[in-house]
Amino acid sequence: MSDGEGGTGLISSSEWRKPTVRWSIGTLQALLLVALVFGGLGPILWLAKGAITPTIDTITHPMGLFPHGAAWSNLKEAWTTVHVGLYFWNTVVIAFGSWASQIVVATTGGFALSVLRPKYAKVINGLLLTTLFVPAIVLLVPLYIEIVHPPLFHHFSLIDSYWAVWLPAGASAFNVVLVKRFFDNLPREIFEAARIDGAGPFRLFWSIVLPMSKPIIGVVSIFAVLASWKDFLWPLLVLTNPNEQPLSVRLPEIQAQTSLGVFLAAMFIACLVPIAGFLVFQRSFLRGGGLGGAIKG
Amino acid sequence: MAVVDQTGEPALSSRRGLSRDTAVPRRTPVTWVRGGGLTTVLFLLPLLFAFGAFSWYPIVRTVLMSLQHTNLVQPATWVGFKNFEQVWHDPLFPVAVKNTAYFAGLALLFGYPIPLVAAVLMSEVRKRRGIYSALAYLPVVIPPVVAVLLWKVFYDASSAGAFNTMLHWIHLGPYPWLQSEQWAMPSLVLESTWANAGATVIIYLAALTSVQTELYEAASVDGAGILRKVWHITLPQLRGILLVTMILQIIGTAQVFLEPYLFTSGGPANATLTVLLMIYNYAFGNSLGGDYGAATALSLMLAGFLAVFSLIYLRATRSWSTR
Repeated sequence: MSDGEGGTGLISSSEWRKPTVRWSIGTLQALLLVALVFGGLGPILWLAKGAITPTIDTITHPMGLFPHGAAWSNLKEAWTTVHVGLYFWNTVVIAFGSWASQIVVATTGGFALSVLRPKYAKVINGLLLTTLFVPAIVLLVPLYIEIVHPPLFHHFSLIDSYWAVWLPAGASAFNVVLVKRFFDNLPREIFEAARIDGAGPFRLFWSIVLPMSKPIIGVVSIFAVLASWKDFLWPLLVLTNPNEQPLSVRLPEIQAQTSLGVFLAAMFIACLVPIAGFLVFQRSFLRGGGLGGAIKG
Repeated sequence: MAVVDQTGEPALSSRRGLSRDTAVPRRTPVTWVRGGGLTTVLFLLPLLFAFGAFSWYPIVRTVLMSLQHTNLVQPATWVGFKNFEQVWHDPLFPVAVKNTAYFAGLALLFGYPIPLVAAVLMSEVRKRRGIYSALAYLPVVIPPVVAVLLWKVFYDASSAGAFNTMLHWIHLGPYPWLQSEQWAMPSLVLESTWANAGATVIIYLAALTSVQTELYEAASVDGAGILRKVWHITLPQLRGILLVTMILQIIGTAQVFLEPYLFTSGGPANATLTVLLMIYNYAFGNSLGGDYGAATALSLMLAGFLAVFSLIYLRATRSWSTR
């Protein structure tokens, strides 16, 4: 993405000078751009239009380019009457807690495994890697029962508590591996110098390793918040009180309760934060694409 | 120095070595604490708690529960492999397996070549390549629930539905989409491909930059055209990542849940009932109480199948991927 010219070298500059190549590749790329605008942006623009269009207009002319009269009231009605405002803040609170839990586990765990390196680190690493290969569905039922009836603490249920979403979010092996890899690549000499200057492990962690790790903490944070925003099944199971549920869980219910216009407005509001986050942090998403880049280190 | 090696804390040795009794290089709880062992455990505590409670323990518990009859009211009883037998003989089991395989197969058919072709074309864009990748990735950041519910609106089976209106422009349709047994599953796959293809495109774009330019230059000197370079250089150079994305996609689509759950609830006539939806229905679909034994048994069967499948896949493709 850095070099504006030349691409990957598949098409050489002498080939680019041939009119046939220029035309055929140029046409294909233009078609691709049209398809991407239509497919990638189109549905979101449709949703945005639907959010401010009177329901009757969306139903009768779903593909009309311009609405017949605006209905800004859809947005207002969604936010207040259908309580999207409340669900929005629930989503924020859930995302914040899940983020905090993931960051704490990944940074402290990564620090212990990468910098302090106890002898048994290998065992823990092995167990972490194993969990990466276990499909999430295997955990669903026992996790749910654990939340309903926590072991050791009988007569005490975490159902309808945000802790039921926050705490399990911390168990992301992917995050720990990612952060540990980053810590592994920090220069050891700095740690040694800090130790000689009398810094203990806590000081080393807080004043040296964390400030040096802002890039990876940023990446993990973005993906943690986005993943929490997208989550559906787990909050659906453990948060049964509608007043505590996040947007994603409420949207199917909202659809049944209200008009199409208000429903589309609610969905549009649910998209705003992820889209804004993507536009602001585009580089983190697109450079290495999160997963691909992370695996390759 | 022996103590130092045991605790794995060489840097602290200089300070501690002075006060140490030279005669006792043995390991005691005190030396362990002084050597930083306790601090290490303190740092590991959040990780051990989170994974112990919410990952390792539930994995073990799944295996146990699949061999038990549990209803949360009475104490669990051991039933051997009865849960597995029950799932195996469930008339819906072959339906769910067939549907899941159908979904995974269709997703591979739609979703595997498109990102590759798009990425190769995008990597040769000379100006504003960022716009292409941003547009391709945009559907990935939309919350999946919103994506599914929005497409459900598009799939409106009446002639005034968004897709049917568009198809009417070219004199096609109206199609029943989600309401027909025949079209429901392809409709789900179409939305799922739309939602996920962007992530694969970004992975391919990153991989394409690692193809050595010299290879293309050498091929050009030998007179190879663009298509031949794609076939003989780009694809072979990408084969490692292509194999990985294929197995990851199969593992992912074998666990499809949200689309059948929100689009069709498994209907019409169980045409979109997938394995994950069946697990959900066993555990949470019945208001009278979940059949947790059957749910965990089926989830283990799926995990076991995927593990064996991945191993065979890696074996079968090993010679090809490392050649």
